[in-house]
Amino acid sequence: MINSERQTPLIRAENLTVSRGGQAVVDNINLTVDAGEIVTLVGPNGAGKSTLIRALLHLIDSDSGVIEREPGVTIGYVPQQLEIDPTMPLDVRRFLRLGALVSLEDMNRALEEVGVPEVIDTPMQGLSGGEMRRVLLARALLRDPDLLVLDEPTAGVDFGGQAELYELIRTIRDRRQCGILLVSHNLHLVMAATDRVLCLNHHICCEGQPDAVTRNPAYLELFGSEAVASAMAVYTHHHDHHHDLTGAPIDENDAHHHEHTHG
Amino acid sequence: MDDFFLMALAAGVGVSMVAGPLGCFVVWRRMSYFGATLSHSALLGVALGLLLGINPMIGVVATCIVIAAAVFSMERDPRFAADTILGILAHGMLALGLVAVAFLDNVRVDLMGYLFGDILAVSNDDLIWIYGGGASCLLTLAMMWRGLLSMSVHDELARVEGVPVSAMRLVFMLMIAFVIAIAMKIVGIMLIVSMLIIPPATARRFARTPEQMAFYSIVVGSLSVLGGLAASATIDTPAGPSIVVVAMVLFFVTAMPGLAQRQA
Repeated sequence: MINSERQTPLIRAENLTVSRGGQAVVDNINLTVDAGEIVTLVGPNGAGKSTLIRALLHLIDSDSGVIEREPGVTIGYVPQQLEIDPTMPLDVRRFLRLGALVSLEDMNRALEEVGVPEVIDTPMQGLSGGEMRRVLLARALLRDPDLLVLDEPTAGVDFGGQAELYELIRTIRDRRQCGILLVSHNLHLVMAATDRVLCLNHHICCEGQPDAVTRNPAYLELFGSEAVASAMAVYTHHHDHHHDLTGAPIDENDAHHHEHTHG
Repeated sequence: MDDFFLMALAAGVGVSMVAGPLGCFVVWRRMSYFGATLSHSALLGVALGLLLGINPMIGVVATCIVIAAAVFSMERDPRFAADTILGILAHGMLALGLVAVAFLDNVRVDLMGYLFGDILAVSNDDLIWIYGGGASCLLTLAMMWRGLLSMSVHDELARVEGVPVSAMRLVFMLMIAFVIAIAMKIVGIMLIVSMLIIPPATARRFARTPEQMAFYSIVVGSLSVLGGLAASATIDTPAGPSIVVVAMVLFFVTAMPGLAQRQA
């Protein structure tokens, strides 16, 4: 495994531009993912997140810029959507073996790791949204990846399930020390499970650690009310009682007034 | 039993052995209209083959490849919907084929034979084509099975995992063109797609893995050929269409329990 060399990134993009119909969908992006690091792309719909991912994976051509992978890097990919035609009889066992010829033992271990050991004989079409995401993750893990690329890893999963999935992604990183690049537009949940955030709207609006990014004006402008709402949620949580400058709790009206005078 | 009947049976079973597994991919990848477009272009290939004095089978394969390439390049054009393009080419090429055949003054072309099959006139040469080409097709398919299956499930995931998707798509298309060329003799241009679609659709009910579905498709296809030829021999129905009718009946009979269940 390559993850001992922390200096060289697993993947690096420099001045990457991808255009469609004369317009830059991905505009002059610089990005790196190191081993053991979770990097999250956030951005509104149509911001070019998936395009950027697909360019990094060489699934589409880029117009300019450089993409470098560390030699020998194995990539595990979880696509945003997977719809298997109902006419194809395919259970989870068979699906997992499409990526690599792995043993039953390995399959069971991978399913165990992602928390769905019971689905091995389930037809793919019979999986719930959450199970599907986990099976896709298991297929990626069976490649023993140095870099995991996850496009909207919680698509089609209910809210509680989403939090669990992000928790799982963090656990996988901790255990395997692989690099993880993930795309999300679930701002609030992803912030807790990431080391670095790149806020994308064709170009990179801002980047950095999650709590810094959520306070960045560019981020707030991009996400508008949604970001404000999630920031408010955090704010309310941290400030369910108030203190004056000396730390003594004070009453609501004073606190309100206090904010106004400094606001 | 007559010799020509046995040869027809051998030819039909031989075609089923290739058409079944390939047809599974046509079904999984939802390419039946694409298959119809290629097969409707086959008559033009026959005419070109006769015109140039080469084997009509080679003409058919070459024409199918050109049409498939045309479909692939036009599908990227956002101005046309994919099924519109297929519709235009399917009917346009059939019409062009009929016009081209009319120009062949000096050659007598058995138009009905090409359109609806002439399985009872199968020659030794045809059998060599079917079994020689069929065996290499099956071998190729076996070698690229996992990759082709993977890209049929998710094209981009397969590419990231290192499947040579473009090359496989090309080889797959070549094999479809070949099946069309050999199935033309059995059921004819108008009905070729049924050999690719109906047996896999029937097999789906009984299969629990993709491999089982491919194998059962061969069985169902061969049974259809046997049934169709038997009907042709006993009650003198046209052989090619009879094969397709039997295949359809098998599909509905086996699908019936499931349909009834859903009603209840």
